[in-house]
Amino acid sequence: MASSPGAGWSQEVYRVFKDNGVDVVTYVPEGGVKDLIGLCAADDTMDMVPLTNESEGPCLLAGSWLAGKKGVLLMQGSGAGNCINNFGLNIAGRFPLLTVVALRGSWSEGNYWMIYQGRTMHRIFEDIGFKVYEVDKIEDAAPTIEAALKMAYFADAQVAVILSQRLTGAKEFKR
Amino acid sequence: MSERYGVLDRRDITQRILGGHDDYLVVTGLGGAGYDCTAARGDHDLNFCLHGAMGGAPIVALGMALAQPDRRVIAVLGDGDMLMGLGSLATIITKRPKNLAVVVLDNGHYVETGNQLTASGFGVDLAGMAKAAGFPVAFDLAEPGEVEEKVRQIQEAPGPVFACVKITGDQPPTVPKTRDASYMKLRFRKALLGVVPT
Repeated sequence: MASSPGAGWSQEVYRVFKDNGVDVVTYVPEGGVKDLIGLCAADDTMDMVPLTNESEGPCLLAGSWLAGKKGVLLMQGSGAGNCINNFGLNIAGRFPLLTVVALRGSWSEGNYWMIYQGRTMHRIFEDIGFKVYEVDKIEDAAPTIEAALKMAYFADAQVAVILSQRLTGAKEFKR
Repeated sequence: MSERYGVLDRRDITQRILGGHDDYLVVTGLGGAGYDCTAARGDHDLNFCLHGAMGGAPIVALGMALAQPDRRVIAVLGDGDMLMGLGSLATIITKRPKNLAVVVLDNGHYVETGNQLTASGFGVDLAGMAKAAGFPVAFDLAEPGEVEEKVRQIQEAPGPVFACVKITGDQPPTVPKTRDASYMKLRFRKALLGVVPT
């Protein structure tokens, strides 16, 4: 089980979502953001859209925005890889997009299959034209996500906030 | 003509579904679907035609349907496009928007790339998959005699509706339409929401 070292920052980020009018939260579940997903799910004013595959996220957010809603995409780093082709829609149309990515392979990772993420994710997002923020301190999570949200929805930018496992908690492995 | 092709005309079907319905929110997939829908109601403010993100049209439409529950939202896409986003059938059913219809124009082939068979052409039953996923209305539309009734269901039935239209392999002429996604976005939001681009 993923450890969850504090519902505190999740509460702050949920508050940022509320204060900035986020009304659609779309996601593939990820242990690192489970508290945040839970807080949003408990809020009747937020439409939760669980996805089959993260590649649907860019499309869901574009459709939401076309029809007047403001969404965010929560996912794991491996999901970002699933999204790359479909991000072409958001980039081509300059659709406002915020994704919060709980990165694996960044801190105390016990599964080598995940380590590529920690090594490459920042650069991959930058290479396709995203503004990228990395967060590894709890106190930085909410202010960074708020800055990213404003950049996405006022500047019509595509923004990724990458949360390190120092923040979200590393998955425990046993021999 | 191979038996893997249907007998219905893609332009005729899209015209019957969309013609005169200026209030529909329409998302099209890649290739011919965008031309068909543009031919049906012009280079319309409330058409959003994808030119990438293959497989994504039903989910763009889902986002719209959830945001505008009082509007009919119709995704129109080819069978190859639908096959690339099959998971969206499950995703749509987690939300069950009554106002959403997914219309697949199924010729069983990747016509754009040289007429290779799709999985549908090999016999995969797309409407059956949608029905199994939980679409309350899911059918093949294959015979001229059933067009009127099934077009009406696409337009009006409490959904989500899934229609797999068995079309010929014909490629009708292209019609002028924009590929500029930013322009389509701004005009869509202005027409639907009255939002002035800033």
